[in-house]
Formats: sequence, structure tokens, C-alpha cells
Amino acid sequence: MFSVLRSNRDGRKRARLFSGTGGSFIRLVFSLIITLFGLLLVTFLIGRVLPIDPVLAAVGDRAPQAVYDRVREEMGLNLPLWQQFYIYVSNILQGDFGRSVLTSRPVLDDIKRVFPATLELATVATIIGVALGIPMGVFAAVHKGKWPDHLVRIFGLVGYSMPIFWLGLMGLMIFYMKLGWVAGPGRLDAFYVDFIEPTTGLMLIDTLIEGDMDLFWNAVSHIILPASILAYFSLAYIARMTRSFMLEQLGQEYILTARVKGISETRIIWRHALGNVMVPLVTVIALSYANLLEGSVLTEIIFSWPGLGQYITNSLLKADMNAVLGGTIVVGAVFIGVNLLSDVLYRLLDPRARR
Amino acid sequence: MTQDLILSVRNLHVGFNTAKGAIEAVRGVSFDLGRERLGIVGESGSGKSQTGRAILGLTAANGHIRADRLQFHDTDLRNLSPRDWRKVRGARISMIMQDPKYSLNPVMTVGDQIIEAYREHFKVNNREAKRRAIEMLESVKIRDPELVFKSYPHEVSGGMGQRVMIAMMLIPEPELIIADEPTSALDVTVQLQVMAILDDLVRERGMALIFISHDLHLVSSFCDRVLVMYQGRVVEEIAASNLDQAQHPYTRGLLNCLPKMDGNHADLPVLARDAAWETQDLT
Repeated sequence: MFSVLRSNRDGRKRARLFSGTGGSFIRLVFSLIITLFGLLLVTFLIGRVLPIDPVLAAVGDRAPQAVYDRVREEMGLNLPLWQQFYIYVSNILQGDFGRSVLTSRPVLDDIKRVFPATLELATVATIIGVALGIPMGVFAAVHKGKWPDHLVRIFGLVGYSMPIFWLGLMGLMIFYMKLGWVAGPGRLDAFYVDFIEPTTGLMLIDTLIEGDMDLFWNAVSHIILPASILAYFSLAYIARMTRSFMLEQLGQEYILTARVKGISETRIIWRHALGNVMVPLVTVIALSYANLLEGSVLTEIIFSWPGLGQYITNSLLKADMNAVLGGTIVVGAVFIGVNLLSDVLYRLLDPRARR
Repeated sequence: MTQDLILSVRNLHVGFNTAKGAIEAVRGVSFDLGRERLGIVGESGSGKSQTGRAILGLTAANGHIRADRLQFHDTDLRNLSPRDWRKVRGARISMIMQDPKYSLNPVMTVGDQIIEAYREHFKVNNREAKRRAIEMLESVKIRDPELVFKSYPHEVSGGMGQRVMIAMMLIPEPELIIADEPTSALDVTVQLQVMAILDDLVRERGMALIFISHDLHLVSSFCDRVLVMYQGRVVEEIAASNLDQAQHPYTRGLLNCLPKMDGNHADLPVLARDAAWETQDLT
């Protein structure tokens, strides 16, 4: 299982550490560990480089010098840097991100509370963005240069260039206040909030677990507007990328082959061309999903959505270092996770990438 | 030879509107085809490939075709609806493309692509289609058809890819096969092998073949009749066995360009061109 001589298709032998399916899993874990280590190193260094004195933040600027020195010693700031880093890493590996000055609760508990809200919003937004963006991009590519293409382009451009706070406010004004189609800010009506046990923290799933359909539909009507507004951005991006990937694929020889076989145009587009478009597209979708998972501050503020973006921004403004670093680690880990997911999907979609 | 007329082409024109202006790729090609093997030779840009594509109605979107007659059996190919085209393509006329590296879909297995070609025209279940596909892979002399059936195009060699292509295009038993430089992308050693397989299958099933190539040797050994094209026109039509007695100066020029075993290798002749060839008609 260690180094195995492997012969390539051209007959040359090459040595490869950890070969085979099990080996590729080990290689994956190995690269994950290295990336996570890098992430921890960077967050640690940021924490030391920032011109915020954690001791001062804890004791206040009127504390006598003796208190200041004692707290500094307690916090381990007298130790050499490498020892501090060791303590930092071992704390984080035990799930100890420190205590938030702002909420005076462990940072991990705070993140457990805010991250599911962001996760839920980003996931629903990405599903909407993919479900609409791909067909729109395909539609535009197939009718290149004709009115459907222009329509999609203008729709996308509008989505891309409108400030999100304006779109959010307009959405609330029209669909909540005037038409009453959706519920207002927050994740649930205030009346319901105490009824729900946060099992997963995802409202749509928690309400289903409790089996209360009224609550479920209430959660849906709360999430649908902010999710659609976030989706508008990823939709515009996904549609544009789909269009250009699609045009590239439609010019390939194998499309001509399919036409020679007498295959219907629908099947050529959705099976042959889209099958190849999905390969690069999956990376695009993953990146836009990861971006949404960082939390979108403006949307969260307008819709009073208690998500990660709001949490990190508030902590940053209050110089709450533990919370900021904890949030940063979560965002970094999410990026690594989503990249991993897109890697797996890529292999699934493209037989040439499997080895 | 032509007692059993399959395809009749009269005065075929194919033009393209490009950014640099209109281009006429094919300018008045006429020929009749029976159950025979017809070669079309010519240099790059002579319009031979565009002639083949026009017969299948697959001229690019910026192109247009015009002909006095484009008759396949009782079907007028000049203005078919997309639905009617799908009944002709694959089922009755098919085409073998140049390079299997690009002409097979990289994310579908070989088997799925063959089955798709078959099931488009025959209402059979998947199992029966698979049996036929394996049979077809055997008939193009693939040694382990089950394995190739499950492979993806990047996992097979060029020669094998082209045999897969032949299997895929012949499985619905079309009457006419257009082979557009089917061996140009292959190694010289496998070229003849692939050509022989195609030739056997076409004979066995009594199909007509239009073999488009720039390789005079190949054409003369596998075809009954040869059309020589130059600048979008047919300049000479000749029986393949009489190719060395060709009259037209362009055909003679092409023949002279072929290196000979006992010839003088130092000075390969340069093709002479005459503007008059572009306007004169064969008939």
C-alpha cells in the first residue's frame, strides 16, 4: 500500500505513494490536514499581528499595571510564539475557540447558533440559482444572438449591478408589504419562535422533524425572499458561465456525430452537451456556494437574519478577537469542505478525471 | 453500375456568410450514386467535406445550400423538416467522422453511444440493444467487446475508437455511408486495417459508400469511381482502376506529387494551377 510501481498507459513505470482507491482516500486526508494546518497558522498569525491588545480588551484601559501583567501571564502571552501556537491549535482541536467578549459565551456555541442560519439561506439560494441559472444559460446559448439571449443577458446584468440592500428593501416593500405573498424579516414569525427546538438549527428541517406543517410553511415564506435575492446574484453568474460553456461544447465534433445519428435536438443539448458542460460548471457553482456560505452581511441585516456574516461583522466592530478568528476558521473550513465536494463531483462527472 | 440509383446530386452549391464576406465552398457539383463506392478526392478547401455534409443537411448555421436536385431515393433532401431529417440521418444516411478523439462524447461510455444510435431508430429494449451493440463491436473486430462496451472514449486507442465509430454509424444499417477522411487521424499501420474493416462491412451489407479523402492510393484501392474536386468543382470523374490514365491536368498533377519507389526523390513537382479550371464544367 505504500509506494507502488504503476505503469502508465504509455508503458512507463512510475512510483506512486499510496495507490489505489484506499490510497487516494489517504492522499485526500493528507492534503486536508495540510490545508487545515495552513488555515490555523494564518488565523493565528493574524491574531498576533492585529493592533488589538487582547489583554487590554479583557481588563479595560483603567486596570493597574499589576492586573494587566497577571492577565497577560494567564493568557499565555509571555510564552514563545511557537508554544502559543501549539496551545492555540490544541485548544481549537478540542473545540475551544475561546470566549466571546461580546456575548460572553463560548465562541463555538455562538457559531453553532449562527452558522446553520447562513447554511440554510445559502443552500436554498444556491438551489434556486442552479435550478434557474442553468436552464437560462442553456436557453441563451441555444438561441445565441436572438432575443432570448439578449433577455437573459439583460436580466443577468440587472441582477449583477443592483445593490443588494436596495433589491432587498424593494423586495420587502413589494412582496411583503404590498402583496403580502411572503413573510417579513426573521426566520420565523415572532409568535412561533419559542415553539421550535433547534435540533439541527436549520428551520426548514427542524420544523419537519417536529412534523408541524404550519411552522414549516412559515419558515419557507420567511426564507424565500432573502434566498431569492441572494440567488439572483449567483443565478446571473451561473447563467453566464453556462452559456459560454454551452457554446463551446455545441461547437465540438461529438455534437455533429450525435446529429449524424439522428438524435433529437433536445437530447443533444441536455444529454450530450450539458453532460460536458457540468464538468467545469460544478466548480463555478461550488465557488458561488462557498461565497454565500461566508454569510452576506447586507442581506442578513436587512432581513434580520441571525447569520454568520452579521456575527463576524459585529464582532469585528467590537474588536472581539476570539469571535472573529473563530468565524474565520469556520469560513476557511467551509471553503475547504466545498472544494472537496466539488472535487468529488468533478470526478463523478468526468470519467477522464478518475484514475 | 448505376442501374439502382440511390443518390442524385445536380448543381450543388454550398456557400457561407463569414465576417470576411461570402465564400462559395461548393460550386455546382453534380453526380449520381448507385450501390457503389465513390471516392471524392481533392486538396484542403476543395469542398469535398462540405459536399458530404450538405447531403446530410449538416451545413453550419452560417451556410446555405442550393441545388437543382438533391434526391435520395424518393426523398428530396432540399427542404426537409427537422423531424424528417432525423428519419434520414443515422437510419438511411450516416457519416463516419475524421478523428475519434473529438467525435465521440467524452463523458458517455462507448456502449451508451452505440445503443443510443440504435435505439433512436429501432424500438427495442435496452437488453436487445446491448446484444446488438456487442455483436456490432465484434464485427468491427474488437477482441474484447464487453470491455470496450463499458469503456469511455479516452480509454481506447485511436484505431479502436475509429472502429467504435464505424460500429456506431453502421448499427442502424443505413443505405449510404459517407466516410469523411476516416483514417487521416490514424497511424499509417492501422489505416489500412480500419479501411479493410469498413470495406468488408459495406460490401457485406450492400451499402453505398462515399469516401472522402486526400489520399489517392487509398481511394483508388477501395473505390469503384473517383471524383476529383478542385475549388468547389468536380474537374474529373474517372473509374478508380483507370486513375493512372487521368486526363485532367490537376489530377495528373496530384498523381505526379505522389512519391514513387523508383522516382527521383530530389524534386517533387509543385502543383500547377490554372484559373480556367475554376470555371470550366465537366459536362
